[in-house]
Amino acid sequence: MPSTLPDGDPVPPSGELPASALDGLGGRSFGFYVHVPFCVTRCGYCDFNTYTASELGPGASHADYAATAVEEVRRARAALGAAGPPVETVFFGGGTPTLLPARDLVRILRAIDEEFGLAPDAEVTTEANPESVDPAYLAELRSGGFTRMSFGMQSAREHVLRVLDRHHTPGRAAQAVREARDAGFEHVNLDLIYSTPGESDDDWRASLAAAIEAGPDHVSAYSLIVEEGTRLAARIRRGELPMPDDDVAADRYLIAESMLTEAGFHWYEVSNWASAEAGRCRHNLLYWTGGDWWGVGPGAHSHVGGTRWWNVKHPAAYAQRLAAGVSPAHAREVLTPEDRTVERIMLELRLAEGFPLAELDRPAVVARALADGLLETEPFKRGRAVLTLRGRLLADALVRDLVS
Amino acid sequence: MRIQPGQTDPAVIRNFCIIAHIDHGKSTLADRMLQITGVVDDRSMRAQYLDRMDIERERGITIKSQAVRLPWKVGETDYVLNMIDTPGHVDFTYEVSRSLQACEGAILLVDAAQGIEAQTLANLYLAMNADLTIIPVLNKIDLPAAQPEKYAAELAHLIGCEPEDVLKVSGKTGVGVRELLDHVVASVPAPVGDAAAPARALIFDSVYDTYRGVITYVRVMDGHLGKRERILMMSTGAAHETLEIGVISPEPKIADKGLGVGEVGYLITGVKDVRQSRVGDTVTSVSRSATEPLGGYEHPKPMVFSGLYPIDGDDYPELREALDKLQLNDAALVYEPETSAALGFGFRCGFLGLLHMEIVRERLEREFNLSLISTAPNVVYQVVMEDGKEVTVTNPSEFPTGKVDKVFEPVTKATVLVPSEFIGAIMELCQNRRGNLQGMDYLSEDRVEIRYTMPLGEIIFDFFDQLKSRTRGYASLDYEPFGEQEADLVKVDILLQGEAVDAFSAIVHKDKAYGYGVEMAKKLRELIPRQQFEVPIQAAIGARVIARENIRAIRKDVLAKCYGGDISRKRKLLEKQKEGKKRMKMVGRVEVPQEAFVAALSTESSTDKPKK
Repeated sequence: MPSTLPDGDPVPPSGELPASALDGLGGRSFGFYVHVPFCVTRCGYCDFNTYTASELGPGASHADYAATAVEEVRRARAALGAAGPPVETVFFGGGTPTLLPARDLVRILRAIDEEFGLAPDAEVTTEANPESVDPAYLAELRSGGFTRMSFGMQSAREHVLRVLDRHHTPGRAAQAVREARDAGFEHVNLDLIYSTPGESDDDWRASLAAAIEAGPDHVSAYSLIVEEGTRLAARIRRGELPMPDDDVAADRYLIAESMLTEAGFHWYEVSNWASAEAGRCRHNLLYWTGGDWWGVGPGAHSHVGGTRWWNVKHPAAYAQRLAAGVSPAHAREVLTPEDRTVERIMLELRLAEGFPLAELDRPAVVARALADGLLETEPFKRGRAVLTLRGRLLADALVRDLVS
Repeated sequence: MRIQPGQTDPAVIRNFCIIAHIDHGKSTLADRMLQITGVVDDRSMRAQYLDRMDIERERGITIKSQAVRLPWKVGETDYVLNMIDTPGHVDFTYEVSRSLQACEGAILLVDAAQGIEAQTLANLYLAMNADLTIIPVLNKIDLPAAQPEKYAAELAHLIGCEPEDVLKVSGKTGVGVRELLDHVVASVPAPVGDAAAPARALIFDSVYDTYRGVITYVRVMDGHLGKRERILMMSTGAAHETLEIGVISPEPKIADKGLGVGEVGYLITGVKDVRQSRVGDTVTSVSRSATEPLGGYEHPKPMVFSGLYPIDGDDYPELREALDKLQLNDAALVYEPETSAALGFGFRCGFLGLLHMEIVRERLEREFNLSLISTAPNVVYQVVMEDGKEVTVTNPSEFPTGKVDKVFEPVTKATVLVPSEFIGAIMELCQNRRGNLQGMDYLSEDRVEIRYTMPLGEIIFDFFDQLKSRTRGYASLDYEPFGEQEADLVKVDILLQGEAVDAFSAIVHKDKAYGYGVEMAKKLRELIPRQQFEVPIQAAIGARVIARENIRAIRKDVLAKCYGGDISRKRKLLEKQKEGKKRMKMVGRVEVPQEAFVAALSTESSTDKPKK
């Protein structure tokens, strides 16, 4: 979640949603995202909405956070009314959620369950830094209802981790996966980053091999994005580090696809691979398929029935709003039918299931994309636009053509 | 007591102009004259009073001349001074010559810190050929960097007088301006004409005014022009009713008694287009017509052509309308619709020269709020085919593909004034541009005048920038048409993915075709963003490829992350990119941003712009 908030319309202090948003609520998948805006240190590449202890003001301490988040869960209940559907997925992200005691995360999860009811097979994930958990912590999460761990491994190479300001040792991520498995987590993800300055093709292969070796059922691989205003961007501008090259990133992506496929993983979204259908992250799929979710926490984004909104950014401002009984929403936008179509194309085309051809009204662009090898032929015959490997790397260009 | 127009004894009239380089202080000197003669009081004074158009004031270029009637008393005698302002740039030589024809004297105004510039020298020669009395004046003598002795010697050498005859003034402080006016009365001859003959008046300027229609500036040579009289334009044979006749002093003032021999003023007839009232034409009266026009009329001939295209294709009707309006005030501007495969619908426009071109373009953008792409300027070629057929080429993409026998190109006589340390640099540059040295003279100890004949096509291609950069800005340039010559010229096409981009075709000398091709292909490789496929860029003469570059295919165009908080941001970015795509021009399948066309077609600033 990038820290810069988009522009939008004002939100009433009550946080009341427009009628259009509540229309059909319960007929769509519903989930919760819980943002935990704390980190021990800020990594040089990160522009997420997160704070180290020294950056936080009064009223926003780690100790108070769970209570504040629970308060927003209660407001969600009030805003969505009695028709609030059971919760199918919960995702704790950050920041570093595991900087909070496990009982705090469990307490927030319990509040969601109490207010909305968790579906029997709900997927409950938290992100974690490999160095921020131990077996006891993992056991407490598991018994508290968490079902999935997502570790920020990033790389297996020390020099790469150093450029990224990550403090775990290269072997720690694999160890954390084993600990999670031992604690009873069926689903474990490892996040990897490629094309970091100084990383070679072989470094990347080594990272992939180590991740596969650790035995997760899900891998996410992202090319490093140099966000404005980060320390990494400054170092590149000063010439201390080279700018990541897009052609290199393309090569790394091909390496990832080939090694992960070889190891039995299948891509189901441009940057995500799972070893089985059950290993796919249902929470993220909800984002990509137009589902509803409530985002709890400072700067968190929500979407319900075509209305998107986002909370105030700073933890102290967020806590103050809730203490005053006011919605923490900063602004919102009610999507037009055209906006929703654009979003659907933009998100669903990134999925292995692809997008229904019948709903694309640019026959020339579609035919060209097929001829250029951006779309798979077999799904095309069945009426679906599914990206080829080359098409995945050029997805944004194709989406631009499809919506222009 | 001021003398009224229409009854002025020619003996007390003095008609003069000021010849000066663009930033040598002509307008400031004119301002002082307006104040000192009392026609503008201190309260109404504003800087550069006579420069009416914004562009004139901002660029420091006087584009359209005007004539101001000033009263001046020497001893007990009241005189009438008509100050005729002249355009000061290379493209307007013909208009300058007509202004000079309306005068008996010329003030040669030179910056005492810079010395004479090439264009001033060219205009000085014109004035001397027209037998005008020359009054040499050094301006800006108040500047610390002024070198009055050095430049007085230079001027004396040029016009054949003594250095002590050179007057020294400061237009800024007013020092020496009264003496200068006295000197005009004493040395410029009074006009001579036959008051009893049929009227003959020279049109030396013609300006379109939104409210009044065309305002025609004239100098009466013989006879008398009255108000409410039918007048005849002798070159076209068109007759018009005079609605108003008057003088400018410096605001318009109706002359009830009309204008007599030697007088300078304006006419309004209600015509709406300056092409009906052409500079250089002779005005006579319908009732008693002159039989012979005054000599020297020439029809303006466009020398430089360029395609003008709206960046947004929807603006095409606005561009047409704007050109129509500009033409009302610019008899030298010609244009006709043309279509470019790459740039869409636009106009091929003909101009007197590069400055004229830039002024038109700037006015279109500024006054009509249009965003334009202009193709690289080119000259007019005469192509003779083997079967004897002749083709006039004003657009390189029209260069015939069949069997060409001969190609003729326009030639100029170019004069460069430069400190002598740069002689070598100038010679190298001019040689490289197919110039032929005609002669070289020292103007003073360390400044030379170098004369070349050179193809106009070489001058309009980035010559001026080269001249300035090789001489640290010290060189000045003037050129005038000097017939045409046969030359070994070829058309170089630029192809993207095998498809010729008409806007990039150029006609160049055979020896330079390779250099042009290589440079253009390199430039485009930098300017055109990578596409989803490889894009070869080729430069070719006919079917023969002379240079090649490749734009590698883009391999990655996808954001790695797109989660809940990224969606709004990404959709908004997409909307923005959608807008950007609209500004792309398609060459076959290749998307070329407007900026790439603009950058590839620009040769930077190509004319003598004032340094500010």
